[in-house]
Amino acid sequence: MSADSYQVFELGSFVFRRDEYFVHISWRANNGRPMSHTLDVGNFLRALMRDIAWGFFYGWVNFDDVFGTLNHYGTVDLYGGSFNGSMRAAGIDKLENFPTEQIRAVFEQMLDDWTNEGYDPFAAPQETGSPYGPKNGHNRPAITRAREVAKRCVGLKGDLPLRTDARGAPVNRAFADVPQDQPEVHAEPGFEDEVHAFNLFAFLSRSQVTWNPSFTSVVKHSYMCPTTEEHILPIIHGNDRVEWFFQMCDEIHWNCADKNTGKPLARVIMKAGDMAAMPAYCRHQGYSPKRSMLLVWENGSPKLVYEIQKGESPEVPVQF
Amino acid sequence: MSTGYQTRFGSLANYEKGHVESITDDVKNYAFSNCFEIAAGSKPYEKVIFGINQIYVLEVLRAEGNSPWYTCAHDEFALCMDGEVEIQLFKLDASQTVADKERNGTVAVKGEPRGAKMGWIKLKRGHQGMLPANCAYQFRAASPGVLVLQTCKGELSIERWTEICQAQ
Repeated sequence: MSADSYQVFELGSFVFRRDEYFVHISWRANNGRPMSHTLDVGNFLRALMRDIAWGFFYGWVNFDDVFGTLNHYGTVDLYGGSFNGSMRAAGIDKLENFPTEQIRAVFEQMLDDWTNEGYDPFAAPQETGSPYGPKNGHNRPAITRAREVAKRCVGLKGDLPLRTDARGAPVNRAFADVPQDQPEVHAEPGFEDEVHAFNLFAFLSRSQVTWNPSFTSVVKHSYMCPTTEEHILPIIHGNDRVEWFFQMCDEIHWNCADKNTGKPLARVIMKAGDMAAMPAYCRHQGYSPKRSMLLVWENGSPKLVYEIQKGESPEVPVQF
Repeated sequence: MSTGYQTRFGSLANYEKGHVESITDDVKNYAFSNCFEIAAGSKPYEKVIFGINQIYVLEVLRAEGNSPWYTCAHDEFALCMDGEVEIQLFKLDASQTVADKERNGTVAVKGEPRGAKMGWIKLKRGHQGMLPANCAYQFRAASPGVLVLQTCKGELSIERWTEICQAQ
């Protein structure tokens, strides 16, 4: 046990320690040198929370510009410096591959042990306690929330239910002005389960978490994954496929960089009604000054990443 | 103390478009557009693709007056971003449904729809309605509105990326 009674964790040659303010990661680099890296513990726990909740997501989940994971859908790479241009060139990076269940189990134990009572890594910084200090209990209810995934559409019989006060989903402080009315639905007898509509904006106004997409409607492998965003996306997401963003209200500013090196490529300033794609060659991190509604639109085809790797599907969204 | 947050939505009459700031990349690769700007420049019910990923698309429709009757072999979903839009729904007779069950995208119904009336929906801003597979549906809007359609690319889909996207 470390001095602050937080557990020490190991995955392959990677060792993880936390103290009152920081997470310290060490590994032995490809050239044999011992290397270390330090992250703010709040930033680390917010990123760790998403990586676990999203099942390691599509492609890269960079905790910062040094450390992260790369999903191979069955196994996961864990790396230090492997997608940092300078560290990779210096040969001081390390990448190890693990079965998904192995890395998930260690990450879940780490999140459980390192998250103190009163700190919710899914919450906006203004809506939770401090991640810092000596070990102090746990916050299992907050870190074991199930991801909300509709099979066809939110609100249909037998599908993901609407969010309500009674279900523990009050309207968020930043969306107090979002209308809560439901659409008029007039179904003829026998069609009650097919004639369907719901208030997506009201549904989102009641999200209790940030930067955590849910599925709200599905067309084959086309997934509408709206989410509410506030402060900074806790990870830098590296794409293994084109990803589309539709800004439904307020604004988010995105920093985009090369996914292999971190070299800056562009900034994307998105306001209500704007649509933009993140090319498959980029990594991106968003900044949302006020809680906003973002529709993340994903092609969840299990073949897509391999089609891109083989050059059968482009890295850019469209050519014109 | 109330912080008095104001949620900023856009509309046909009032929207502020963002932009891409290139550092070293080609801004075209971000396919940056705005649904209200697209709808402002569209004819009623033109299905303008503003997001595409292989067979899948998101389309912008300017809702104004009555649309043609449409059908589709798979589910579609309509999100209202501005205005008020009614959707009339019929369960199509088999003779009018899309024969190829794997066919992608919206298809125009030939003539008036035949089949049982399923009902109708009225969407306002932020409301999302389901357009079930093999039904016939018609949009009705007394004044201009904006819909975003989740569907697959089909014969009625329109691509005009050069006109809608930031190029420099």
